[in-house]
Amino acid sequence: MSKFPNLIAATAMAAALAAPAYAEKFGLGRPALPEEIAAWDLDVSPDGTGLPEGSGDVFTGEEVFADKCAICHGDFAEGVDNWPKLAGGAGTLDHEDPLKTVGSYWPHLSTTWDYVNRSMPFGAAQTLSADEVYAIVAYILYSNDLVDDEFTLSHENFAEVALPNADGFIIDDRLTSEAHFWTDTPCMENCKDTVEITMRAAVLDVTPDETGLVPRAETGEASEEAAVQEASAEAAPAAEPVEEVAALDPELVAAGEKVFKKCKSCHQVGDGAKNKTGPMLNGIVGSAAGAVEGFRYSKAMSGAGADGLVWSEEELAAFLAKPKAYMKKTKMSFAGLKKDADVEAVIAYLKSFDG
Amino acid sequence: MSDNSKGFTPSRRQFLAGAAAAGVGSAVAGAAQAAGPDPLITEVQEWASGLGDGVDATPYGLPISYESDVIRRNVEWLTADTISSINFTPIHALDGTITPQGCAFERHHSGAIDLKKEDYRLMINGLVDTPLVFSYADLERFPRENRVYFCECAANSGMEWAGAQLNGAQFTHGMIHNMEYSGVSLRTLLEEAGLDAAGDLKDKWVYVEGADASSNGRSIPMDKALDDVLVAFKANGEALRKEHGYPVRLVVPGWEGNMWVKWLRRIEVMDGPVESREETSKYTDTLEDGTSRKWTWEMDAKSVVTSPSPQSPITHGTGPLVITGLAWSGRGTITGVDVSIDGGKTWSEARLGAPGTDKALTRFYLDINWDGQEMFLQSRARDSSGYVQPTKAQLREVRGLNSIYHNNSIQTWWVKANGEAENVEVS
Repeated sequence: MSKFPNLIAATAMAAALAAPAYAEKFGLGRPALPEEIAAWDLDVSPDGTGLPEGSGDVFTGEEVFADKCAICHGDFAEGVDNWPKLAGGAGTLDHEDPLKTVGSYWPHLSTTWDYVNRSMPFGAAQTLSADEVYAIVAYILYSNDLVDDEFTLSHENFAEVALPNADGFIIDDRLTSEAHFWTDTPCMENCKDTVEITMRAAVLDVTPDETGLVPRAETGEASEEAAVQEASAEAAPAAEPVEEVAALDPELVAAGEKVFKKCKSCHQVGDGAKNKTGPMLNGIVGSAAGAVEGFRYSKAMSGAGADGLVWSEEELAAFLAKPKAYMKKTKMSFAGLKKDADVEAVIAYLKSFDG
Repeated sequence: MSDNSKGFTPSRRQFLAGAAAAGVGSAVAGAAQAAGPDPLITEVQEWASGLGDGVDATPYGLPISYESDVIRRNVEWLTADTISSINFTPIHALDGTITPQGCAFERHHSGAIDLKKEDYRLMINGLVDTPLVFSYADLERFPRENRVYFCECAANSGMEWAGAQLNGAQFTHGMIHNMEYSGVSLRTLLEEAGLDAAGDLKDKWVYVEGADASSNGRSIPMDKALDDVLVAFKANGEALRKEHGYPVRLVVPGWEGNMWVKWLRRIEVMDGPVESREETSKYTDTLEDGTSRKWTWEMDAKSVVTSPSPQSPITHGTGPLVITGLAWSGRGTITGVDVSIDGGKTWSEARLGAPGTDKALTRFYLDINWDGQEMFLQSRARDSSGYVQPTKAQLREVRGLNSIYHNNSIQTWWVKANGEAENVEVS
């Protein structure tokens, strides 16, 4: 019973490391090509290793951010709804509910660059150019009051930018700071005099209400079948309104369901669909633009609806192909579907949720 | 074909209320006399006379409809949407230790992706002798291992730091599952690529990365990578489910679930940690003074009573009662679990369903004769490193309230005289 299990592990490891490996290799796999490594090895380390050449200024960053990030993160990186706030929070780390942002918490700028480059925008990852990433990161620094509005970030000055909380981290110290939890003989009797309730979950009442859930077997066999279909790898599109689907090409609808993955981060469709970052889309084909109840549209979109714009298949196809070209000030920050086949498929998919 | 009576499904709340009332009525259950002959016995039932389903009715079986409430559940207010989110294993309704894949919790950062075996590639690059690419079929040709491990999200119980919040073991402790994995040791794959180029391995790291849009990536020190990490492609005997990383995920025994990268696509041997988003801005634990711990990979020993609990009330009245739960430790095996029914004044050693195994769930039982008095149920895990699961007060004393992750403190269920239970904190 050591108080320092890691030491034992480390000693065991030293022995294991010294042990001979398999006498021969298995000869499996093939050498990775330089182009393949270049395509996947994108990570950026704190010292800037891995950064591509490029640059971007705060002004450009503001534009790119407004276009591609603001719908979730807010125009000033302040965050919309439950989406992450990227700016603010300085000096709150020792407060109740600290606000952890790039400015207040993140230790390395490389992390921001790397994450934006590889994982953002949500639903369209790896679509930004290196210059756009530099510009976005410059803008995030600006929103945190860490640089002025003349600032340009590049691979050359990257290492010069230090984030305020760089020294705010310590390496896991549980083995020492919590050494008193390694108490081989815990108390078994007379461990305390009184036991009083100090807090109750029922008072807060934030547990999901069971009535809000849809039990799978509520409708008996039909739903069991649906569930079996879901479990199958070849799952057909969800067994939604049968009559509507009958009029549509099921393969096209299935293809559309795949295309719709690009839309899912903002839009819901189907049973129980709600407005999220974008409006819910049940019955959208053939209905008036800007008319989904409870969704706050851009002025451009609600205006177009008031002027009589109806989402016919043709109008919708034009919008989905190039949203910003079709409607300059739409809130929808989506680059558009490049393939006509994708547009056609996703419209067929949306039509399967008429009503 | 089907029995129409199953169309009547009372809501869970009705069930809880009704069951509790019935429980009080049928006290002294063990000695109960039947009021009259039971028609389920005296009358020939449909299922005892007619025929059931044929073998082709369900080529891949699902739980019977009566178990339809044993499902993963989401807490909607927790995250901005369901794609970058988490759900919870219904641990309150399971027994034994193996978690069925179909109800094992999911956590995605950019949704569960659809990746075919044929399209799967795994790259090993960085400080290796020969950077390699493996297909799925290649992985199946390396010597394989079978191991049972728990996978716990570092944020499990994270909503409970500031106080009792969520009323159910599923929600307070359900970011965990325990499966038998089949796969290849990471060590084997690293040695296939060759580690001579890395020089002294002591200060080297491997960065592991997934194929989904989140590019979730974590840095793992080389000694762990060469110790017990698995590149797994089967769980509980069958292919991984899509939501758990089909076709290949990483298994990092005893360490926080975020490192168990799903849809594993790349392993890079490096000089140092990448300090990715998931190991700096997330999965770091802020202490009271505002400094934060990083690299808190190991999951501390922890346990919870799964029944009785808020979603699994006592419905049978006084008399024999099975108190059961789960215990686990990221530092080794569970050596014992103590249970208290009086909020921690006195403790009894529980019976382990089977001896604890390394970094896997252990089931425990305490069989008591319940007198119908209210209980403050607690469990306390002990592990092979000598660690004893702390109280919430002890944990807060060291870490404050803002840690979010790694809350392994003792849980209290207030079981009332009517058999219902509530998540509470006690002095």
